[in-house]
Amino acid sequence: MDEKGFDILILGAGPAGVSAALTAHARGRSAAVISADPMASPLARAGRIENYPGLPGRSGRELLAAMVGDLERLDIPLIVGRATAVMAFNGRIMVSVEQDVYQAGALILAAGAQQNARPLPGEERLLGRGVSYCATCDGMLYRGKRVAVLGLGSGSEADRAFLEGIGCQVLYFTGTQAKNAEIQGQDKVSGIAVDGAVHPVEGVFVLRDTVAASALLPGLEMAEGHIAVGPDMATSVPGAFAAGDCTGRPYQIARAVGQGNIAALAADRYLKERET
Amino acid sequence: MSVLDLTQDSFDGTIASGTTLVDFWAVWCGPCKMQSPIVDAFAEKNPQVKVCKVNVDNEPALAARFGIMAIPTLAAFRDGELIQRKVGLSSMEEIEDMCK
Ligand SMILES: Cc1cc2nc3c(=O)[nH]c(=O)nc-3n(C[C@H](O)[C@H](O)[C@H](O)COP(=O)(O)OP(=O)(O)OC[C@H]3O[C@@H](n4cnc5c(N)ncnc54)[C@H](O)[C@@H]3O)c2cc1C
Repeated sequence: MDEKGFDILILGAGPAGVSAALTAHARGRSAAVISADPMASPLARAGRIENYPGLPGRSGRELLAAMVGDLERLDIPLIVGRATAVMAFNGRIMVSVEQDVYQAGALILAAGAQQNARPLPGEERLLGRGVSYCATCDGMLYRGKRVAVLGLGSGSEADRAFLEGIGCQVLYFTGTQAKNAEIQGQDKVSGIAVDGAVHPVEGVFVLRDTVAASALLPGLEMAEGHIAVGPDMATSVPGAFAAGDCTGRPYQIARAVGQGNIAALAADRYLKERET
Repeated sequence: MSVLDLTQDSFDGTIASGTTLVDFWAVWCGPCKMQSPIVDAFAEKNPQVKVCKVNVDNEPALAARFGIMAIPTLAAFRDGELIQRKVGLSSMEEIEDMCK
């Protein structure tokens, strides 16, 4: 196994992902958690949490910080970055995070609810034709050109700086401007409409904390906008499990934590079966 | 069969006959690193297909000629003609379909 190989990779450092990581660790598995800024989880926006046992009246932010702190306490690696692609091959699952690739025998998707991944007008049609989800992957192809960066999640300032650093002319949009942007072009991107004004650009980097699960892992079966799972949290892709808001409603911390636990136990069992 | 690195000079001659799969890639691209072992395994399994790579950094003219706007991009050629092209990471099954 190379240095970036683990038994179990977990995508998302919210309640589901942290719970899965703790159980994987307790089972003696090497685990790592990949996540965009963990403090950008929707839980950080929650006021007082009154329905999570044993920790009355904490704010979402406090609870989340304590959960992420558990990873540090147990030396479970937290890889901060956006996962842009997942692929199962030869009995291993590979995940790319910016320029790096991590691999494991099993994967737990704990990426949260997907409503923020709703595509912009033109996005899906022009994906790979000027629309990109990864500045460090595709930026070099736009050196010397004019591009737009839509910062729809955390950390997009770094992507803007990266693109400027390699010689792109960058138009940078965040907030409602980015949310309501419209990507234009026939067979490739020609411009972006923001607040009624059209800016000619050759590339548009759409940067969210979440990539739609079906785009992340082709072949992943979905059910009404959520990842389809069985009772042991197994998805349609062998070795890939899912937990938390990404598997459906109700969107609640207790459910996410419970499913994270089930998914990690099932992933451990899956690995054990293949070891014998 | 081993995977060939193509350049501007060797490209047209190589794709001119038979079926050729070309993987456009670069060292700074994470998903390309995932594509690479799959392409290698495809080459191993399909000796009748010429499997090649083009490093878009070293071969900007080829990248421009095929309008590469995202990597990895895979392209399949038969007797010099482009028959299929796919942007983004491809599975073994998808590559097999492209070269059918
Ligand atoms: C305002 C508000 C109030 C709430 N109040 C309550 C409450 O009182 N009680 C309750 O039980 N629940 C409450 N919730 C719901 C609760 O926050 C969620 O149910 C819970 O956070 C789900 O946990 P999760 O681990 O499934 O996903 P999330 O907490 O959403 O975590 C997912 C993580 O994965 C990361 N991620 C996703 N995709 C990628 C990718 N491609 N690459 C890298 N990282 C990625 C995200 O950035 C995020 O950090 C509230 C939510 C909100 C917004």
